[in-house]
Amino acid sequence: MKKLLQKDEFDALLSTSSGVQFLGPVRLKGRGRFSDTDLIKYGQIKSFTDIVWDSKTYLSAKELILPITETLLDFTGTTVVQPPVEDAILVLFLRACDIHAIERLDAIFLNNGPSPDPYYKQKRDRFKLVLMECAVPFDSCFCVAMGTNTVSNFGAAVRCIEDGILIDIRDEWFTSQIAGSGTDTEFELQFPQQNGADVHVPHIKEMQEQLFTHEMWDEYSKRCIACGRCNTSCPTCSCFSVHDISYGHDSNSKIARRQRVWDGCHLDGFTDMAGGAAFRIECGSRMRFKTFHKIYDYRKRYGVNMCVGCGRCDDVCPEYISFANCINKVNDLVNESRSTPDE
Amino acid sequence: MIRDINRKKTVKNAWRITKNRALTCLRIRVPGGHLEARHLELMKKVAEIYGNGTVHLTTRQGFEIPGIPFEKMAEINNLITDYIAFTGQHLSTEVISSREGYPAAGTRNISACIGNRVCPFANFDTTKMALEIEKTVYPNDFHVKIAVTGCPNDCIKAHMQDIGVIGQALPEYETQSCIGCEACVKNCRKKVTGALSMVDFKVERDPRRCIGCGECVLVCPTQAWTRNPQKFFRLVVMGRTGKKNPRLAAPFAEWVTAKVVLGIMENLYPYIQQYIDKSLVKEHVGYIVDRTGYQVFRDWLLRGITLNPEARIAPTMQWSGYMYGYDTDAWDTKSTIPGSL
Repeated sequence: MKKLLQKDEFDALLSTSSGVQFLGPVRLKGRGRFSDTDLIKYGQIKSFTDIVWDSKTYLSAKELILPITETLLDFTGTTVVQPPVEDAILVLFLRACDIHAIERLDAIFLNNGPSPDPYYKQKRDRFKLVLMECAVPFDSCFCVAMGTNTVSNFGAAVRCIEDGILIDIRDEWFTSQIAGSGTDTEFELQFPQQNGADVHVPHIKEMQEQLFTHEMWDEYSKRCIACGRCNTSCPTCSCFSVHDISYGHDSNSKIARRQRVWDGCHLDGFTDMAGGAAFRIECGSRMRFKTFHKIYDYRKRYGVNMCVGCGRCDDVCPEYISFANCINKVNDLVNESRSTPDE
Repeated sequence: MIRDINRKKTVKNAWRITKNRALTCLRIRVPGGHLEARHLELMKKVAEIYGNGTVHLTTRQGFEIPGIPFEKMAEINNLITDYIAFTGQHLSTEVISSREGYPAAGTRNISACIGNRVCPFANFDTTKMALEIEKTVYPNDFHVKIAVTGCPNDCIKAHMQDIGVIGQALPEYETQSCIGCEACVKNCRKKVTGALSMVDFKVERDPRRCIGCGECVLVCPTQAWTRNPQKFFRLVVMGRTGKKNPRLAAPFAEWVTAKVVLGIMENLYPYIQQYIDKSLVKEHVGYIVDRTGYQVFRDWLLRGITLNPEARIAPTMQWSGYMYGYDTDAWDTKSTIPGSL
């Protein structure tokens, strides 16, 4: 079913859907990193005009499903309390690459072990995904190279037009929600076929030692400052640390909280172990670890690359390190080392 | 040639007295230090047709065009009218239509660092603010130096002015968005005042130490730190060079809004009018403050102003600096410094 919803029809849907929250890219005026710039992030949509179509968000929708700080347990003396379970349905507007990114997170949190992560699952089950068409990709995107430019796993897809949206409804829930609104129409969803960033992803079958030890990583030791912005902005980075906090600053306090907080392989302390051992001290080795996790290790386990080519890491690096170009460098090395292609 | 020139009037008109009795030098204001490139054509034209073909860049971001015969002043005043109208859009139509050049030169060009049009550290648009201040204080014959800078790095040297305006960002922290990486804490400790500390894996900010530089917002990888969109300013006052008592300006106000800044600027002039030593050709405002004392200065500057709730005003003031006229008789000479030739 395909419909045209005028702005006011769309807004009416937002306000009459009880028990449903609408989330998508929104603009926080003046909250950007630099003064007089805006922060684009995922947040609540209350009207059509709240949705930002012309900019990429700084952090991805990951922060909605995997909160940056998430309480796991509260200890109150003799009892353990889990955070209350919420049940509102969450309708999330996002782009094709970010839908793929959620599938990457699903693999990690739902299918990577004997049982799904209950905190993740509880939230994930509440989400209904709405694809935001992006016929024209942003400057740093490389979704075509990562195969994430097209997508089919969504409940509805929308195109922004001057006075409203065109919506292509693919499942029953959205059909029932939208029944009676808008007017029937025809349109074909478009997907980007070309990106500004030209990326060639190597298909590494088995890790070769020369890739692992190559001097190309040394450059990143000199350039990377371990700020971790590539990790935090990445829609598929899923690492976290667990903190136990005792309240009251009192050794007799029996009130405490266990929380998990995003962590990242570029950040200092990420590989610290009991006894003081630490791996990957040099930033170059962190870059190598991340790169091969995104385009090799994950694929070995799940059959797809972890990186979805959203280009956020390239957008946010204060040292102008390009992950896209790093993939190309690895590709060049792989091609050089082969006498004949292994494909 | 007979040269009967009203020196006082000429100087107020932004023309200089120079070493050469036949020649003057034109001072061009560039409020906020930012120009459209096409205006450079005008500087070039005046310098090449009327001057000696050179242009001097002043420390206040203006131009001085030397080597101009006094008798060309009227012609050039006419020529620069459009430029004066463009950079001084608040000036009265009377001033502009007279085509008689700059209406005053006492209150100097309001200079500004490049600000947030370019610089990531700047907490506001410094040129825009400089133009607002220019609107408030110019034209005026009182000798006042004002500069505007985007952050406490103070690249414009606001600390060398009668009034220096320094941008402040009020950082706001969203605990849930913090990953505890300590980037802000370490950066603040190393580069700024150490206003941030870690408590239970999250950050606490000591508002007494925070100077509003905005560095925490710049380094935060999740934007747990963001700026309050309201712009705030620190004012430092009565810095100076000169032949008596060079000193850095000292903090007068913290966390005041643009409205308060402009009100304080406006109040400075009646204070000078009241207390200036009229026996002198001109008197720098700093020496007036030395005479009246800080409390009188403060009362006049805050007159009729409603402070915003965040604002803080210095109760007393102690300037640093030193007095010239110290005794160098006991200083070392080449004969008393070991190893000196």
